[in-house]
Amino acid sequence: MTTATARTKPPRGSASLRHRLADRGIDSQLLFLVPAIVFILALFVYPFAYGFGLTLQPSEETVDRWGGGILANYVRFFGDAFTFESVWLTARLAIPAALFNVLAAIPLAIKLKHRFRGKRLISTLLVLPITLGTVLTAQGLLIFAGRQGWLNQALLNLGIIDQPLELVHNYIGVLLSLIISGFPFAFLLISSYLSGIDPSLDRAARSLGAGWGQRFFRITLPLLAPGLATTFILTFVLAFSVFPSATLVGDPSGSTRVLAVVAYRFFGEQFDYPMASTVAIMMGLAELVVVAIVLLGRSFLYKGSTGGKG
Amino acid sequence: MTTQNVDRRSQEGAPGATDSGPLSLPDPPVKNPGADRSPGDKALSAQPSTWVAWAGVAAFLVLLMGILVSVVTDSFGRAWYAQWLPTEFTASWYAEAWTRFELGHVILVTLVVAISVVALSILIGVPASYALARRQFPFKRAVTALFLLPVIIPPITFGIPLATVMYNFGLGRTVLAVILVNLVPSVPFVIITMTPFIEQINPAIENAARMSGARMRHVFLRILGPILVPGILAAAILVLVRTVGMFELTYLVSGPGTDTLVVSIFRAMTSAGGSEPRPLVSAMAFLYTAMMLVTLIIALRFVNPTQLVARVRDGDDE
Repeated sequence: MTTATARTKPPRGSASLRHRLADRGIDSQLLFLVPAIVFILALFVYPFAYGFGLTLQPSEETVDRWGGGILANYVRFFGDAFTFESVWLTARLAIPAALFNVLAAIPLAIKLKHRFRGKRLISTLLVLPITLGTVLTAQGLLIFAGRQGWLNQALLNLGIIDQPLELVHNYIGVLLSLIISGFPFAFLLISSYLSGIDPSLDRAARSLGAGWGQRFFRITLPLLAPGLATTFILTFVLAFSVFPSATLVGDPSGSTRVLAVVAYRFFGEQFDYPMASTVAIMMGLAELVVVAIVLLGRSFLYKGSTGGKG
Repeated sequence: MTTQNVDRRSQEGAPGATDSGPLSLPDPPVKNPGADRSPGDKALSAQPSTWVAWAGVAAFLVLLMGILVSVVTDSFGRAWYAQWLPTEFTASWYAEAWTRFELGHVILVTLVVAISVVALSILIGVPASYALARRQFPFKRAVTALFLLPVIIPPITFGIPLATVMYNFGLGRTVLAVILVNLVPSVPFVIITMTPFIEQINPAIENAARMSGARMRHVFLRILGPILVPGILAAAILVLVRTVGMFELTYLVSGPGTDTLVVSIFRAMTSAGGSEPRPLVSAMAFLYTAMMLVTLIIALRFVNPTQLVARVRDGDDE
């Protein structure tokens, strides 16, 4: 391998070498890819295919109750309120959480773009939750925002509320935990996208008399839109597969019975592996649908922004 | 990946930005009356927006600090119900958690898993990202998409079939299974972060080395290796943090004796027959966060992101 490349390389420049390799397609350096491809085939593609095969081998119990032959698992998924409702429950949590994280991070990233005292401190504090982890966040929410927690005590003593707020063991608890873990991430990403926008565009618009709103909506936002779509997708993916907080600070048998919880029930409690795989795969599909919609929207947005510039 | 590009750009743009300091300062629409007067109402609306933003930050930080401080207080407190503070303070919860949950063993497992995952994913991922960054070959797009999938798909979607396979092979509840399962998102993650990093390095450096007679092995060890070290370290830290924090996948295949710290905290919180005393869980959760912070601080000592960018830029300039 080394001799071949060493021999071919010196006489020609990198460009022509690349062209020839592109023509030939494969060469010994591609051996570098082999471990990664073997790995992904063995640990990702094979299990996935196996899992898909499992979904077509429903347990007898499922076939008896739901019918549908080899598709019984899917019949059950769409027919059983326990599983199908959780698609809606998951979307109801993940979409608002991701939207909030992105929308709240935009103004903050813009405000924190300028230099001022204490910027470092605030940026550090905003990023701190990454080290907290879901479990400490959940535990902290239970203690801090629980019925007798500091938050409720303070609000009661200030006379803002009469009754303790129900902030945990329900939908709000999970939403809060998703915001705490997802927001710093969105903030970091959007900040970096924002710093990639050439500030002279903004200055040029200002010198032409554009106001704050015009500059934001006609310049910053269109340039930021692809980054926003990416950020939305990434926070959405995180929020969509929420499991620990849905169990710990949510109401896992009621309003926060998300798909992950359902899949785990089948896997770890009922040992119905085919059904667990079915739920897992449907979950991936549902997520990809949302991601595809956002990507489609992004392609429209992007065209719009270039059109505007031209 | 984008951060690196963006960082570079912002660094290059930095001198310009400082030159125009007086120009960019009036950005909060207080000064610079010329530009903001005509759409006056918008300038006014920008002012409250600042306050809203700060109020949002304040609310977020109050929540954050409340969560952190209440867990720490709880972990040191005794008999804390409806009062503002616990009536007594003690460190005994930590001692109890340590013996009750065999935390020494749990932390050891966590470290073994994390370090193995980091090492293996670097070993598998970096060569692959070199090939992806430098070569064009048939089905390259398909291969790239294949590496992207485990990062986009929810961990549970591939985790459950994977865990089923693991149990079928008799690997269930072993450390090996925990390591293998955690590799699935980690290797693609390394590939995704390292590919743009390698693309940034000017291929002329390697070509020059080859022209001077260096073999592939030497090119890798003496030329590319040192340039790649900062990127590899950064990727390694991110993988480390992700692996230590990874709950979903580990939980599927681990069992007593092979639980990582997050999973054993979760089990303590949800254990059947009434969960464990709350302060016990708080103590463990705080240990977890402390461990994470120490890891990050140590890691950031060795990896300076700005230095990383500077080094790559040196390479580009040559």
